[in-house]
Amino acid sequence: MTWSEMQPLLEQASWETLIMVGWSTLIAVVAGLPLGVLLVLSDRGGLLQNVVVNKVVGQVVNVGRSMPFIILMVALMSFTRWVTGTTIGSEAAIVPLAIGGIPFFARLVETAVREVDGGLVEAVQSMGGSTWTIVRKVLVPEALPSLIASTTTTVIALIGYSAMAGTVGGGGLGDLAVRYGYQRFDTGLMWITVAFLAVVISLIQFAGDLAARTLHRRGRGGAAPALRLLKAKEPAAADIGKVA
Amino acid sequence: MPGAHHRAAHSTVTETHVITTSGLTKVYRSRGREVTALDGVDLHVREGEVYGVIGQSGAGKSSLIRCVNLLERPTAGTVTVAGQDLTALAGRGPRASRELRQARTRIGMVFQHFNLLSARTVRDNVELPLEILGKSGKERSRKALELLDLVGLADKAGAYPAQLSGGQKQRVGIARALAGDPKVLLSDEATSALDPETTRSILQLLRDLNRELGLTVLLITHEMDVVKSVCDSAALMEHGRIVESGTVGELLATPGSELAAALFPVGGEASADDRTVLDITFHGEAATKPVVSQLSRTYNIDISILGAAIDTVGGLQVGRMRIELPGRYEDNVVPVGFLREQGLQIDVVNATSEAPSALVKEGAK
Repeated sequence: MTWSEMQPLLEQASWETLIMVGWSTLIAVVAGLPLGVLLVLSDRGGLLQNVVVNKVVGQVVNVGRSMPFIILMVALMSFTRWVTGTTIGSEAAIVPLAIGGIPFFARLVETAVREVDGGLVEAVQSMGGSTWTIVRKVLVPEALPSLIASTTTTVIALIGYSAMAGTVGGGGLGDLAVRYGYQRFDTGLMWITVAFLAVVISLIQFAGDLAARTLHRRGRGGAAPALRLLKAKEPAAADIGKVA
Repeated sequence: MPGAHHRAAHSTVTETHVITTSGLTKVYRSRGREVTALDGVDLHVREGEVYGVIGQSGAGKSSLIRCVNLLERPTAGTVTVAGQDLTALAGRGPRASRELRQARTRIGMVFQHFNLLSARTVRDNVELPLEILGKSGKERSRKALELLDLVGLADKAGAYPAQLSGGQKQRVGIARALAGDPKVLLSDEATSALDPETTRSILQLLRDLNRELGLTVLLITHEMDVVKSVCDSAALMEHGRIVESGTVGELLATPGSELAAALFPVGGEASADDRTVLDITFHGEAATKPVVSQLSRTYNIDISILGAAIDTVGGLQVGRMRIELPGRYEDNVVPVGFLREQGLQIDVVNATSEAPSALVKEGAK
C-alpha cells in the first residue's frame, strides 16, 4: 500500500478517534469530577459524612473500574441504543467509552482531592465558608494540577479503550491497526498506525504534564514555566556529561 | 475573675467578656475508646485584651480554640462570642448552620501553618473571606490592599504564597483573618513555625492590631515568651483543664502560681544556713520604687541579689527578685514587714521545699 492510499485511511481513523475520545473525555470529566469530590466529602470524617452514599458510590465506581471494556460495551448495548438510536459507529462507541471513563476519572479525582491540605478546608470554614464554597474555592482549585494530570491519564486510557470500539464499527486508529495489520496482514500500515498513536500519546502526555507543572509551579519563580523547563534540562544534561 | 487586683492595663480593655466558655467539654471517641480533651473549661476573655492560653502539647489548647468558633463541636458546655451563644446556633448535624457561618465571619483565625491557598495570589487570599461575605469586586480589592498595607505587605499583593517567607505568610494570614472586620481574633500557635526574630515581629503586629483596632485576641501557645511579650491575661492548661488564670498581675500576686513562676523564673540558693531568702514580686505602683536600696539604708543591712526576672509585660513593669538578708528569718521580721508595707508581695523561700515543676524549667530555658 502506498502512502497516498494510506493517508485518507489514517485521516479518517484519526478523526474518528478524536471524536470518540474527545466526547467521552468531556463526559467522563464532567460526571467524574462531582463523583470523585462526593467520594471524598461523604467519607468518614468528611464534610458531608454519609457512610451509605460513600459505600454505594464507591462500589459502583469499583465495579465500573474493574469491568473489561469490551464486556462493558456489549453489556451497555441497549442503553447505547436508547441514547444514540444505534449500536454501531463512532457515536455509539462514545456511550460505553464515557461510561467506562467516569469511574476511572472519579477515582483519580478522589485521590487528587484527598491530597488537599485539611488546614485549608479548616481555614475556609473558619471564615464562614459553606461546603459548596470549600469545594469551589479550595478543593478543586488546589487540586487542579493533579486534576489536569488525571485528565491526561484518562484521555490516554480512553484512546486505549477506543481500539476496541472497532468491534462495533466505531473505527479509529486502533481499529485501523487491527483490521489492516491483523486481519489483512498489512504490517506496513499497522506499524505506521502504531507509530502515529505513540506520537499522539506522547504529545498528549507532554502537553498534560506541562499544563500540570505550570499550574503547580505557579509563583515559584519569575520565568515562564515552559522556558524554565528547557533551562532546567540544560544544567542537568551538562552534569550527566561531566559524570560520563 | 479571681483575685482583687485588677491591673490597670492599657485603656482599651473593658470588663465586658467577649469570649466566654462555660463547662466546655470535648470527648473524642474512636474505636470504642474515649479521650477527654477538654474537661469543663470556663474561660472569660475581656473585650480588648490579649489572652494567652499556655500548656504543653496534649493539654487541650488546640481543642479549646477550635471549640470557640465551633470548628470542633463541644460535647457539652456553651461558647458565647460577642454576646452570641454559638453552641445554640450550631444546629444538630455535623454541618455548620447558616447562622453559625455568619457568626464565624466575625471571628478571625490565624493558623500555625498559615493555611494560605497556594493557587491564589496574596491579594486573592485576602479577598477570599470577602468573597464569602458577598462583597463586590471593587470593594474586595480596595479592602484587601488596605489590609495588606496594614500588615506591611502592600508590595507583595501579586505574589503567590510560595514566594513568601514564613513571617510574610503569617502576615497574609493575619490580613485575611481581619478581612471581615472581626471583633475577635483566634490565634492557633501562630508563631510556632517561625524563628525567634520573626515571632517577635508577628507578636508586635498582633499587639499593634489589638491596640489600634481594639481587637480582642485569644491565642494559644506552648511558648512562655509569647505570653510574656504580648498577653494581658493568661491561663495555664493541663489535662484538659484550666488550672490557673487571670491577668498577669493577678497571677504574680497569687502565691505559688506556676504560671508566675514560669513567666518570671528566679533561682539562687542561700549562701549559708543563717541567711533569709526572700522572693519579692513587683507589680503595679510598687515596681517603680527603689525598695532594695531603701531597705539597705533604713536597716543598715547588706543585701545580696540572688536572681531576678523583671520585664515589661503588657506595657507594665512586673517581675520577681530573689534577695538574701543576713541572719535567720526571726532576725528579719522587721525588714520583711517594711517590704510588705511598700505594697510588695514577699514570699520567704524555704530552700528545701522548692521542687520546680516541668513548666518552671521550661520557662527558665
